[in-house]
Formats: sequence, structure tokens, C-alpha cells
Amino acid sequence: MPALGGPLPKRETMTVATRFETLRLEGVKRDFGTFNALRGLDLTIKRGEFIALLGPSGCGKTTALNCIAGLLDVTGGRIMLDDRRVDTIRTEDRGFGMVFQNYALFPHMTVKRNVGFGLKMRGVPKAEIDRRVEAAIATVRLQGQGDKLPGQLSGGQQQRVAIARAIVIEPPLVLMDEPLSNLDAKLRLEMRGEIRRIHQSLGSTTIYVTHDQEEALSLADRIVVLRDGAIRQVGKPDELYSSPAHLDVADFMGYRNAVPGRVTGVEGDRVRIEVGDGASLLGRPMDGISSGPAVAMIRPDDLEPVAGEMGVPATVDTIEYRGREYHGLARTAGGKELIFRSSTPVARGAEVRLGADQDRVLVYPEPRP
Amino acid sequence: MRAVGGEKLSSRLWAFAVWTVVGFFILNLIGLIGSVLTSSFATRWLATWFPAGWTTKWYFSAWDEFQLGDVLWVTFEVVGAVVLISGLLGVPAAYALARREFVGKKFVVLLLLLPLLVPSVTYGIPLATVLYQFGVGGNLVGVILANLVPTVPFVVLVMIPFIEQIDPRIEAAARVFGAGTFSIFVHVLVPILMPGVLAALLLVLVRTIAMFELTFLVAGPGSQTLVVALYYAVFAAGVRAVQSIDAMAVIYMLTTLVWLIIALKFVNPTQIVARAKNNQNH
Amino acid sequence: MSETPLDTGPNLRQRLRARGFDGVTMLVLPCVFAVIALFVYPFLYGLWLSFQPKTGGHLANYVKFFSDPFLYRTIQTTLILSLPVTILNLLLAVPIAFRVRLMKHQRILTTILVLPITLGTVLVAEGMLFYFGPQGWFSRTMLALGILSQPPSIVHGYWGVFLSLLITGFPFTFLLTLSYVTGIEPALEQAAATLGASPTARFREIFLPLLLPGLAITFCLSFVQAYSVLPSAILVGDPANTTRVISIAAYQAATEEYDYPLASAIAMIMGAVQLVVVVLVLGARSLLYRGPVAAAKG
Repeated sequence: MPALGGPLPKRETMTVATRFETLRLEGVKRDFGTFNALRGLDLTIKRGEFIALLGPSGCGKTTALNCIAGLLDVTGGRIMLDDRRVDTIRTEDRGFGMVFQNYALFPHMTVKRNVGFGLKMRGVPKAEIDRRVEAAIATVRLQGQGDKLPGQLSGGQQQRVAIARAIVIEPPLVLMDEPLSNLDAKLRLEMRGEIRRIHQSLGSTTIYVTHDQEEALSLADRIVVLRDGAIRQVGKPDELYSSPAHLDVADFMGYRNAVPGRVTGVEGDRVRIEVGDGASLLGRPMDGISSGPAVAMIRPDDLEPVAGEMGVPATVDTIEYRGREYHGLARTAGGKELIFRSSTPVARGAEVRLGADQDRVLVYPEPRP
Repeated sequence: MRAVGGEKLSSRLWAFAVWTVVGFFILNLIGLIGSVLTSSFATRWLATWFPAGWTTKWYFSAWDEFQLGDVLWVTFEVVGAVVLISGLLGVPAAYALARREFVGKKFVVLLLLLPLLVPSVTYGIPLATVLYQFGVGGNLVGVILANLVPTVPFVVLVMIPFIEQIDPRIEAAARVFGAGTFSIFVHVLVPILMPGVLAALLLVLVRTIAMFELTFLVAGPGSQTLVVALYYAVFAAGVRAVQSIDAMAVIYMLTTLVWLIIALKFVNPTQIVARAKNNQNH
Repeated sequence: MSETPLDTGPNLRQRLRARGFDGVTMLVLPCVFAVIALFVYPFLYGLWLSFQPKTGGHLANYVKFFSDPFLYRTIQTTLILSLPVTILNLLLAVPIAFRVRLMKHQRILTTILVLPITLGTVLVAEGMLFYFGPQGWFSRTMLALGILSQPPSIVHGYWGVFLSLLITGFPFTFLLTLSYVTGIEPALEQAAATLGASPTARFREIFLPLLLPGLAITFCLSFVQAYSVLPSAILVGDPANTTRVISIAAYQAATEEYDYPLASAIAMIMGAVQLVVVVLVLGARSLLYRGPVAAAKG
């Protein structure tokens, strides 16, 4: 059945995205009145990549996704698919697949009709729709649920329908807007694996918006960290994990202990940061620091009590057993709270010195207020 | 967020057509109300765009001719009593219907929907007959009773969704902290319900001022509300000066509009018509 | 509620509570009593009275109604007025609501539109008499713009009542429609767009099916308003002839002929005819999807 009943060619041939090598955002801007939600994004995505747009709420990640999908117009810059400009094309003609945060399943259609909707709009013959819908439902492991309405499914099942609906049209680009945020922790973990599996089996390109760094680390080939509408860092998960380029990225990537101090010298490829009370730490210089006010960033997992004169002196406030090891909260003389781990129990009120491997201490310039 | 898809010429034409229709409608509405307003201040207005001169004398003559003082007082009494009684009957019922599942609940809801779905003339005529039999036809009590028929169900159906969205655990928590039924009512329920009750009762007020058919069928000479008095004045046009009737119409508009403006502070305009949408949706 | 036999086990109060009857439930009683006394009883009384004609057998009033063209034609007159107005109102309300839903300052427009509803039919009729009259601003503008060559004869006829129902009925229909349209989750349209649906297809496949049940309700409520038209049919219509609607017939029987049984019979017929229309529309509605119109959430 032709989608519009008119003499138009099949829509499948009309959509822009068939296969592409690169998707490029070139200075993409989006303003809402005087508010700049996106301040000129430059990003190149290669075919087959799984890209995570990561950032706190309000950083512009969903705006960026909506601009790529065509749900929002860009107010500056352009979006290129190889050498074709797509930001001027209507959403329905871009041919991307999208999974929405609340799934946006059509409540009046059965699972099969939801999944088959995109194919129907493309004028695909009925028999082929049935076959591809069956296959997509099998891909997301929802066999036997095809005739139910979305309201009769659990949250996880609805999520699978939303994914099936987006992938059944075999889009070259799949956009996902925090698809797991409405699920409970156990399902989230399960669906994460599913999404990764489906991405790999289809070989499509995926852009995945999330505020959960763990999700981004486990899923993505590359992570784009956004803040205030601008890109702060782009990198592979392990790069971002071990070497966040800026202080705020480090904070967002789980470096929860921030010890302020002053860089007093460079020792080889390390810098020494004095943190008060005559204590100092050696760490990796980040963001171009060589001297002056600085902050040492350390993950709770890397900070532990050390012997000798190195390390930050602190008093243990609380200590709790977490199975394999102990997690503790200690307070420095300056009142700074530090979270650390320990393989042996430490008494409350004990005086300890906390230190970390030089590779795991990142020293950033102190942010200007 | 804007509508999905680019603005094409066809959709601009479409938008233009829609706004033309809306504009034409509003223009005529303003002209219609403006005609009444202009006429009420006109000395003489015949065969010209605007009146020959301006005066306020029609307001004084309308006040005397139509005994507007008495009519306004009757209107005030009727509306006040209807608002009060609908609130007293409707709010507790809405609370029970929102909070309890009991045998026959569907039947009760249906019973409450009927007066809103049956044309007012259909039940108004037998109701008037019954009220006359009980000796309250043609007087104030009868008019008040007749007006309660649509307003009590209206209050219930507006309040049910409002009460349902209040978390019942708030009442449970109050009980856990040792509050008795009465103090739960005074300290917990009343403050929470107040905004919804106010909104519902304001809507009842506006609707009762404008309620024509039922009052018309039941009212006698001494129990006419303003809208019925206005109807008789328009119906018997020719007996009085047109400007005088228009002055009365303006007074009617003002009494309605004052309350409408107050009501709009508390409720969304769509609520004035969308009675119990949530209820009928399922 | 008293069918529970008294035997051992939970006491009566506990058993009633298990069925949902306790002090709180009793709060519905005053309200239910009021509706029964003021609505159900008079209605049943009217039904009974309609079978007690002043002269003739039990069915004499109904026989009289359906054999006197002056009476039975009122059904046709009423439907010829109320059905087209209601349908026109809906046809106008849907596209306008779709535009207005994207508007930033919806409230200004909706507030203006609430005016004619709250002012009511009597005031609108009074305004129409002059505004659409031969000397009114409408006729003058039409003549001045050269659109018409002579003053239109709108009031005191079918079109006068039609317009009056449009002016008071359209805002009602529109606001109700708007509340249904804005209740549809915007993400559904976006999802359909990403799947390749054109604006037309989005309307046909997503909005229309989700909106139809609400439009059926809107139709019924708007129809009830237009159907029971009384004051405007008299004031701006031709109440002896083309706009002699059924409520006029009932009203005249009651207040001019003092024939309450006949008036009740006409009122019952009026209710029955409306019921037929409403049942037809709601019956069609029951075939449609009626779940939540937001996206289903987990």
C-alpha cells in the first residue's frame, strides 16, 4: 500500500540516509530565545561507531540529538552526511531511527503495528512488513507478544518494542535519548547488554544520549562529554576514564576526591602538589598545569591509607564494610571530606595518611571562579 | 517545541486560513458585544455607524423600570445558596467516590452524569411540575432547588480527579501521627482541597448566573434571576427603549464578567467546559 | 449491601468495610439523595404523567404528538438546526485546535473564547439582534465593502439561530477539543516523524485515532447544548415556523396550554431523540481505542 496514496515514488528511495561514511556536525548552534543550548558543536562520527553524548542535565545533549533527528531546527552551522546537507531536510525524510526516553509507543497500536509503522510509511509491501516485523521482534526477544497493546507490557518490554520499531527500518543511524532512564537498576543492566548486542549485530551507527557515565563507558566506542552546550572532551572510554582533560570532566567521570593545594615543582613527568600540613602528593599534570593553585583529583577506589610521610593526613569519620573491602570517609584538618578504600579495617577516629598511585592522581589548575 | 517538519508554503497557507477564521470569529464577537455596550450609552442610534450622542441615563431608567435592585438581590441569593449547597453536597461525595471502591460505585457515577447529559428542558418541565406540587414552584426555594440539579453533579465530577491526584498517604501519615478524623479534616484535607473546591465553586457560580432554562421554567414573578429578567425584556422589546434593555444587558455582562475574571485566576479556561474529562476518558 | 448473612467470622462492620462501605462512603448519600429527589423522581414522575393525558387512553399524548405535524415536525426542525451546527463546530475546532496547540499565548485566545459561553445565549441573542440587524455594524460593513448589495436578513430566521448556536457553541466545542488535543503526548508525533510519516500521515495514523474517542464525547456534549436551544430559537429565530424547535413545543404546552401531561410527553420524546443520537455516537466510540493518550509508561 502506498504510504500517501499519491503518485510519489516509494519513500524508501526518497530518504536521505541510505549508507554513509561520516556524519559531521559543523559548528551546530541552537538558541532558545537568548539561551544558547548549543554553542557550536564540531563532531565527526564514522560509520558503525557507537557514540555516547554524556553530560549533566541541561548540558545540551538532548538538544543535539533532536537537532540531528530534525525535531529541532539548528540556528547556526550545519549537519552533513558525507557531502549531503541534512539539517534542512524534514525529520520524516532523514530516515534515522530514534528511541525516545519515554519510548513514545503508539498506545492505540499493537506491538506489531508499532514496529511495522515505519515500514508502512515507506510503502513496503504487506508481506515484507510482516516478515521484517517478525524478525525485529525476534531480535529484541519479544516473540509471542506481537498482538498486545503497549499498555499491557512491562517497562522493559516497552523498551524492547521501541528499539525494534527504530531498527526495523534498517536505519543507517540510530538515535537513543536516555532509553534506560525509566528502568530499574537490574533491567538497566540487562538492556544495556541488549543494546550493545543489537548494535553489533546490525552494524548501524548509534548516537546514545545519557547522563550516566557508567552506561557511557560500557556501551560507547567514543564518548563526547558536553557541558553548557559545548564539547569538553571526546575520547575512547578508557581515555576518558584515565585522563579526563578538564577538572569538570574529571569530576563528572567519578573523581570524587578533590584536594586543593599548590603545585610547587615538576619532577620528571610528574608534578608535586602541596596540600597543607606539610603533606604533598605526586601526580600527573593535566590541562597544562606546571605551577600555581591546583586541585588534585583522585577516585575513591584509588585512595587508600599509606605508610610513611607521603599522603594527606586525615581523621577517619566513618568506615563501613562492603564485602571485599572497607569504604571510609575521612576528614582533613582543613575540614575537607575524602572518600577512600581500605583492605583492612580502620578504627573510627584513627589518624591516617591517605595516598594513591602517582598515575592515579590527576592535578588540574584551580578553576577560576 | 515546534511542530515536526519544515514550514512549507501549504502549511503557511493552512495557518493563514485558520487564523483568518479565528480572527473573523473574534472580530464579530467583539462587534456583537460592542454593539450592546455602545447602544447602552447612546442617546439616539438609527441608521448611522455611531450614535448621535452619549448618555448614561439608560442605566438609571433600566434600574427603575426593570427593578434591577430586586432582581440583583434575588440573583445574589440564588447563586449564593446554589454555590454553598452544591459545595456541601458535592465535595464530600467526590471525596468518597475518589477514595473508596464500593459496590454500585459505577451506578452512582452514572447517576451523576445523567443530569449533565439530559437536556435541561427535558427534566426541567417535570421538575417544575413537581416543585409546584410541593408548593415551592415560582419562588426562591424552587429556583435554588432546580439549579442544584446540574451543579451538584458538576462539583462532584470536577472534584473527583482533583482529589484522586492527592496522595492518600498524606491522610494515612496524619493518622499515624495520631490525628483523629476531625483534625485530619480540619488540618490536612481542608487546606489541600481548598484550591480545587474554590475553582469548582467559582465555575458553579459563573454557570448559575448564566443558567437560563431551569430558572426560566421554575421562576415566578418575584424569583427571576438577572438572565431571566433580561430574556423577558428582550422578548417584550418594543415596550421599552432598546437602549434601556442594552443597559440591563451590560449590567448582566458585568456581573458575569467580574466572576469570570476571578475564576480565570484559579482555573484554566478549558476547565470551564471540560467538566470531568478524566472520568469519561476511561 | 445487606445480603450478607449473619454468621460467625468478621462482624458486620468489618464485612461492610470489605465491600467498601464505611463512614467515608456514606458521604455520597446526601448527594445521591439530592439527585434522586431533584432529578430521578421528577423525571420518573414526568414519564408517568405523560401516560396520564387529559383526555384519551394512556398513549394519547404520544399519539397526538406523532399525528400533529405542528408537533412532530419540531423533531426535524431541532435536528436540522443542531446536527449541522455541532458538526460544523467540530470541523472548525479540530484544525484550529491543532494550530493553537503550538501557540505560546494560548491563554489569551482561550480566555476570549470563554466569553460567549459564560455570557450565555440570551445575551448573545440580544447582541445579535442589533449587530446582525439591517442597521447593525455587520450589515453596514458588508455593504460598505461591497460584499453584499442589500442588508442580509440573518436574524428572525434559521440562520439567526444557527449563528447564535455557532457563537456560543464553537468556543465550547473548541475548548473541549483543545484539551483533548493537548493531552496527546507530543513525543508520539515526533516518533512518527522519525519513522518517516508525513504531516498528513501523522494526523491520520496517530492523532486521529487517539482523538476520535474524545471527539465523540465532544460531539455529544456540544450536541446537548445545541439540541436544547430555547432562548435563541425564540429571540433571534422564527419561533412559529422554521425554528420551532422541540423545546418550544414543550414549553408552550406547559406554560401556555397548561397541559402538563402533554408537556411531559414532549419532554420525554425530546430526551429520547437526544438519547438515540448520543447512544449512536457513543456506540461508535466503543469500537475505538480508548486507553491513555499519553505514551504508555512502564
